[in-house]
Amino acid sequence: MISVQNLHKSFRDKVVLQGIDLEILEGETLAIIGRSGSGKSVLMKHIIGLLQPDSGRVTVDGVDINAISYADLRRIRQNFGVLFQGGALFDSMSSFDNVAFPLRTFTSMTETEINRVVMECLEMVELPGVQTKMPSELSGGMQKRVALARAVALKPRYILYDEPTSGLDPETSTTIDELIQSLSDQLNVTSIVVTHDMHSVLNIADKAAFVHEGKMHWAGTIAELHESDDQILRRFVKANEYLIGK
Amino acid sequence: MILYAKKLILDPIHSFGRYSQLLFRAFGAVPEFGTYRKNLWEQMIHVGIDSMPIVMLAAAFSGAVTTVQTSYQLVSPLIPKSIIGSIVVPSMVLELGAVVTGFILAGRVGARIAAELGTMRVTEQIDAIEAMGLNSIGYLIVPRVIAGIVMFPVLYIAACFVGIGGGMLVGHIGGFVSIGEFVDGAREYFQPFDPIFGMIKCLVFGFIITSVSCFKGYYTRGGAEGVGKATTEAAVASCVFLLLADLVLAATLL
Repeated sequence: MISVQNLHKSFRDKVVLQGIDLEILEGETLAIIGRSGSGKSVLMKHIIGLLQPDSGRVTVDGVDINAISYADLRRIRQNFGVLFQGGALFDSMSSFDNVAFPLRTFTSMTETEINRVVMECLEMVELPGVQTKMPSELSGGMQKRVALARAVALKPRYILYDEPTSGLDPETSTTIDELIQSLSDQLNVTSIVVTHDMHSVLNIADKAAFVHEGKMHWAGTIAELHESDDQILRRFVKANEYLIGK
Repeated sequence: MILYAKKLILDPIHSFGRYSQLLFRAFGAVPEFGTYRKNLWEQMIHVGIDSMPIVMLAAAFSGAVTTVQTSYQLVSPLIPKSIIGSIVVPSMVLELGAVVTGFILAGRVGARIAAELGTMRVTEQIDAIEAMGLNSIGYLIVPRVIAGIVMFPVLYIAACFVGIGGGMLVGHIGGFVSIGEFVDGAREYFQPFDPIFGMIKCLVFGFIITSVSCFKGYYTRGGAEGVGKATTEAAVASCVFLLLADLVLAATLL
């Protein structure tokens, strides 16, 4: 379980997070939604300890990740897979080596075993045959899928997705959503999806948390999201042209 | 005006603090050899082997020019020509071998390191390394700094040999000094501490160029503009700190 308690973060004079509280239960898929610049990605980076809060706590399985040593934090991070907004593939490595990287680094697998796992992961993201291609030879959607394959290579317990569908065409976005959904089902992972794409939220999430002006403005299930009469939330959802006319 | 003065004073202090913190974390990651073993070999090739041709070219011309200029300044027929060897060799060993190599590495290797790490930072590749549970400083910075410290002396030795050889050859071909006279002069005034001093300089320069460039690249902000800025700053800062270290080492060790 991941728990965020009263999280505050500022960058110099700019206040980004103002007392965020959040709980993500085992096996559920939570979508963190909000406008661009509302602090969603900053919140996600706190969850994995890439940013230090000014105050507040982030606990993973009951462990306060800001109160432990760097070595312990690294051990906890090995339970996470992260899909970054731009994919963050290592551009000096082929697709195969990108997916194989965590396996070579953190396991004692032989190259034959690594080869098998990498191929499985690439098939899982529906990209068999791209293993020799460099990231620069792949489209944006393909890069995200290879990055997703890398994120799941170690079979993590938690997967964080930062804007997984941003910048992609609707068809590729749907493919990515389906992949996230099937990964959640196949691997039974806890997923946190940072997005402002309401199509994705409604397709893949069990719950949603709406961050507005650095605060947790609303949180609930997808059914409750449909029923909510919170004006700010409804404006955000309507801006996504999904519930217009509902 | 006050804000500008504050920035002028506080920014370098802030940068120095962050640089020290980065070095502290890098030293802490040195024992994790498994993290950077493969990367270390690649970096040693980039820093050392790939830089060899340009370093040797610059060293050969430095030695040749030093020979020609020394010869030009020797107007008195009473001064033996062997003095050319006694000037060219210590010049290469004490100063030119290390400084010429240092400037080339600052431009070639320093800029490359800053550009690589800067791009990795702005495209979240460094965050991806950290998020996997790997020590990004151990994986990216430690091998680059070790490669600089190990390969700089190798380049320096090559630069000295080629520089002295170039000077000797040009002196002989140009009729300024015979090879025998050149060698006699070099032997007569040779100080055993000179190459030791040169090697000490190399270790310091190798550390400065790679660590400063890693610092600039690792903390890059912004997009392409930030990478460009970091690359320029890495090359300039490396050269400035290299010159400062050169002076401090000469004043304290000679």
